[in-house]
Amino acid sequence: MANKAPQIPSIAEFIHKIKSGEIFTEIAKEITESQLWTSTFRHGYADTPRNRVLQIASNVWLHLHPVKMHRHALRIKFTWCMGGITFLLFLSTVVTGVILMFYYRPVGEYAYYDMKYLQYDVPFGMLMRNMHRWAAHAMVITVWLHMFRVFLTGSYKPPREFNWVIGVFLVTFTLLLSFTGYLLPWDQLAMWAVTVGTNMARATPFLGNEGPFAEYVGVTPRYDARSLLIGGSLVGPPALLRFYVLHCIFIPLIAGALMIVHFWRIRKDGGISGPL
Amino acid sequence: MSEAAAAPKRKVEGVPEKLHVWPYLVRLEFLCALVVIVALAVWSIVIDAPLEEAANPTKTPNPSKAPWYFLGLQDILVYFDPWFAGVVAPVLIIVGLMLIPYLDVNPKGNGYYTYHERKVAIWVYCFGFLVLWIALIIMGVFLRGPGWNLFMPWQYWDPHKVVALVSVDLPYAFGFRDYTWSAIFGGGVLLAYFGIGTGAYFFLERKALKSVGFLRMFLKIQLALIMMGIVIKIVLRIGFNIKYIMVTPWISV
Repeated sequence: MANKAPQIPSIAEFIHKIKSGEIFTEIAKEITESQLWTSTFRHGYADTPRNRVLQIASNVWLHLHPVKMHRHALRIKFTWCMGGITFLLFLSTVVTGVILMFYYRPVGEYAYYDMKYLQYDVPFGMLMRNMHRWAAHAMVITVWLHMFRVFLTGSYKPPREFNWVIGVFLVTFTLLLSFTGYLLPWDQLAMWAVTVGTNMARATPFLGNEGPFAEYVGVTPRYDARSLLIGGSLVGPPALLRFYVLHCIFIPLIAGALMIVHFWRIRKDGGISGPL
Repeated sequence: MSEAAAAPKRKVEGVPEKLHVWPYLVRLEFLCALVVIVALAVWSIVIDAPLEEAANPTKTPNPSKAPWYFLGLQDILVYFDPWFAGVVAPVLIIVGLMLIPYLDVNPKGNGYYTYHERKVAIWVYCFGFLVLWIALIIMGVFLRGPGWNLFMPWQYWDPHKVVALVSVDLPYAFGFRDYTWSAIFGGGVLLAYFGIGTGAYFFLERKALKSVGFLRMFLKIQLALIMMGIVIKIVLRIGFNIKYIMVTPWISV
């Protein structure tokens, strides 16, 4: 009784399938067993211990986490959530910053007018600029609080000494990221804040033209630690370009690399610290 | 089905209970991210980032302030020369912070909040962070006006406020008028401060020398003395009008 021909369901059968809902089960089966689906999703969504593990282990974004963790590490009272919030704010500045880069030119003649353009003409330009600036300021605060929490819980103690050192680098780079970005609006606030800040480099011992022992090295206002930083003897267009490159490329790359190490070391050092 | 229902909880002593990260942590992170992003968006809709007039190198604002997170450092410029306040102090802060895990060998308080098991460490960090960093920033943002003079919040920022500069150097206050002898006296005071401080610390903690090690103890007390020295200098300046402790042609402290 082998009937190889595909069976064409009668209309009555078809209507019955729709009425009973069977048709949806069949469609779902067709989709979830297709090559397209199975090559994309490696596991089911049913809440089983196996799927809970796979949810983390087979996802490139989530596999930063361990599969299981101690209950105490979930408590916001313990972690303050500050490290994660700092990273989230960093990502926010990356997204909004890239959008701003489409409209902003780090050139003395254009920079300030590009800011005006962003604020008054670009759709959502003001919002992007606000989010970028406030996220950057917030990130400075949250990274300090994260560091404070890590100190108070003694989480820098063995075996996490190295990760604390990486963290201190990251705090420093957070401040430098914020500082280099401070110049880019090219308004009075920016220029003079950066002038005050970079004037300090002038006083570097040996390497700044006004620093102690400078006379033995022979540095000049045009050729010292400060001029290296701002490309001249005052904060002008070369400084704007230098700070732009540092802000958008150099420091984010280094900070990003250090973040990878920082997060990886958390796992390697036994996860979030806790009572031994 | 929750894990608790799937397997009856076994009480195994010493084995801490572990939870699946999915969903327990991931959902928490998601909620946290949601709250932060919504707060950031609302804040950004309500409050605009500042944009002043175009940069003008011929028009110096008074006061000229660094970004707010550096105002603690800018404030100690009142008490120290730029080579210290602007270069050496930040480097010492960064290096000192990095050294913390290698200098603090107290094994207690690893991974939990405790004050009683590490009182000194908590005090030092809180003093450095909350007073020397945060309080000075707050002062720099809100209380420093034209000429970097101190103004109370209710006072008018008078750009013509004149504050008499009556400060003198420490050797001068002690009656030294000769340049060389002043430098020697000032250098002696500094040497005595660090020498006696280090000696006293090593004497009081002599029992710890074997277990902690000489280098650790030495670095620890130098950093502590520098931190205290900054406070002492601020007090000397405000309370006694002392400008420098030591004056030489190269550096003055």
